[in-house]
Amino acid sequence: MLSYTLRRLFQSGFVLLMMSFLVFVGVYAIGNPVELLINPQADDAERLRATIAMGLDKPFYAQYLAFLGTASTGDFGRSFVFNVPALSLILQKLPATIELALFATMIAVVVGIPLGLIAGLKPDSFVGRAIMALSIIGFSLPTFWVGLVLIMFFSVHLGWLPSNGRGDTVDVLGIPVSFLTWDGLTHLFMPAFNLALFKLSLLIRLTRSGTREALLQDYVKFARAKGLSNTRVIGVHVLKNIMIPIVTVIGLEFGSVIAFAIVTETIFAWPGTGKLLIDSINQLDRPVIVAYLLVIVSLFIFINFLVDVVYSVLDPRVRLGAQSGGGH
Amino acid sequence: MNAVLQVENLRTHFFTKAGVVKAVDDVSFSVERGKILGLVGESGSGKSMTGYSIMGLIDAPGKIVDGRILLNGENIIGLKHEQWRGLRGNRVAMIFQDPMMTLNPVLRIDTQMIEAIQAHEKISSVNARERCRAALVRVGIASADERLNSYPHQFSGGMRQRVAIAIALLNKPDVIIADEPTTALDVTIQGQILFEMQALCRDSGTALIWITHDLSVVAGLADHIAVMYAGKVVEYGSVAKVLDAPLHPYTQGLLASVPSRNRRGQPLKQIPGMTPSLLEIGSGCAFRERCPYRMPDCEATPPLSPHAAHRQVRCFHPVTGHSA
Repeated sequence: MLSYTLRRLFQSGFVLLMMSFLVFVGVYAIGNPVELLINPQADDAERLRATIAMGLDKPFYAQYLAFLGTASTGDFGRSFVFNVPALSLILQKLPATIELALFATMIAVVVGIPLGLIAGLKPDSFVGRAIMALSIIGFSLPTFWVGLVLIMFFSVHLGWLPSNGRGDTVDVLGIPVSFLTWDGLTHLFMPAFNLALFKLSLLIRLTRSGTREALLQDYVKFARAKGLSNTRVIGVHVLKNIMIPIVTVIGLEFGSVIAFAIVTETIFAWPGTGKLLIDSINQLDRPVIVAYLLVIVSLFIFINFLVDVVYSVLDPRVRLGAQSGGGH
Repeated sequence: MNAVLQVENLRTHFFTKAGVVKAVDDVSFSVERGKILGLVGESGSGKSMTGYSIMGLIDAPGKIVDGRILLNGENIIGLKHEQWRGLRGNRVAMIFQDPMMTLNPVLRIDTQMIEAIQAHEKISSVNARERCRAALVRVGIASADERLNSYPHQFSGGMRQRVAIAIALLNKPDVIIADEPTTALDVTIQGQILFEMQALCRDSGTALIWITHDLSVVAGLADHIAVMYAGKVVEYGSVAKVLDAPLHPYTQGLLASVPSRNRRGQPLKQIPGMTPSLLEIGSGCAFRERCPYRMPDCEATPPLSPHAAHRQVRCFHPVTGHSA
């Protein structure tokens, strides 16, 4: 396990390095931020001064090496726009995004897996077919359109749910969260549902096909031959087997939920990192863009690691790193 | 007769879109305590479906449409789901063909064994575990304590089948149905398991139904034999009688196709033709198209009728007169 973790850490470091290089090339190509930041009437001397102040006069490789040097100490530079450290700006916005992503994932799991199970157990019934029809709608409709329709219906037409912001927040361990206040919860629900819809549909399909496949296996027939109740056959024998692919997908999708939160956050004006990224791209705020992407990549790497660990708990045939568990 | 299980005129049909498949069509036999019945037939002859019918494990579109299954004299067809569940794994247990597939790969052996006991009685996990350990020892698994904590993939095929047998024995059932349990194993392991099953059933008084297509297995194992063809029992009797002097032309053909060292170098005999599809099977003897002794009256369906003492055959022209 230890050697496995070390190897993973080394690989992760390499991925981060590659990623930082690609991102740096990317932002270098999209334009010169100086044009946007200084007064259009400024003369050349002032323009040069601003360029030197931001370190943009040096050649590309020098800029990149300088960035690597400071980044290795945890300093990703200061935001051109806000003039605060880019990383702290992101960390300040990150809890809102993670709260949204967690809540969305929770909706997808709590609703998607049971619906998928029902559809898998009774594939030819009316309920089973209805669930599948809903799931097709769920992942065919574009997120932004669903978001707009939700606002139209629940905020404008019915006036039940607020359409933007986080609402009242409570500090937990110094981090503001919305889900502990009623007002915050009403603000959270619509964007979370909007974000969850795609994963929800995905989980329904995954659970359904997994269930249908598992039901045909001999071990299910053998479990029934032992006289186990249906609840136990499905709740333990079937569910534990289909959880293996489901956990993988939930984990991988959690990363993409954070990434896709950009669209949802923009529509619902949710003050998270997605909105920060869009604003930063518009203003060519390079350090924030780079820092954001690196934070997201780190999150992906961390989540993947967690998924592997959970995977080895769920599936005894997988043992991380070591060559143990052979037959006799 | 001290029969634990009597099957009488059992019919299990599958109502598919293409038509009614008569997978089990008038099957009758009985098994006594501590005795072994060999249920022999080709693939698709309905022998496994007979086993599933007794277990109450026939899924839609299949349905038991007629007949009686008497377990200790009580008809279990028509029992409520919950009552039938109480019998499964408790009074009637089943072992499947492929030991690689029957144990759940993600659950530990002890979980899979203890749940089989706790499904039928209120017993603490500690006591149940002790019974599981004893059952593993009984089927010849060394260091059973350690093995209980293992997962199925840590066992070989033969060991897994022993675990499955141990699970079947846990609740001391009256009947065990073994559906080709040694087909997937190599010959030495097959021999061991056959021998052990025979001893276990004799000692515990459990009746055993051994489903197989392999006549040589049945010859050394079973007390009685029921030969199935196209969903029907065509011949029933003691092993010695049936194998020495088969009455039904199909049984005779089966025996003739077993390779023998007396015919070394000669082409193996086979029964001409193919098993009929159970979908388009009409009335009349199902074997008549392949039968060398076919007569005009074979267009009618022959009944399973007594021939000699404790022997039954479904044929208008049993092979007594012909040389077998």
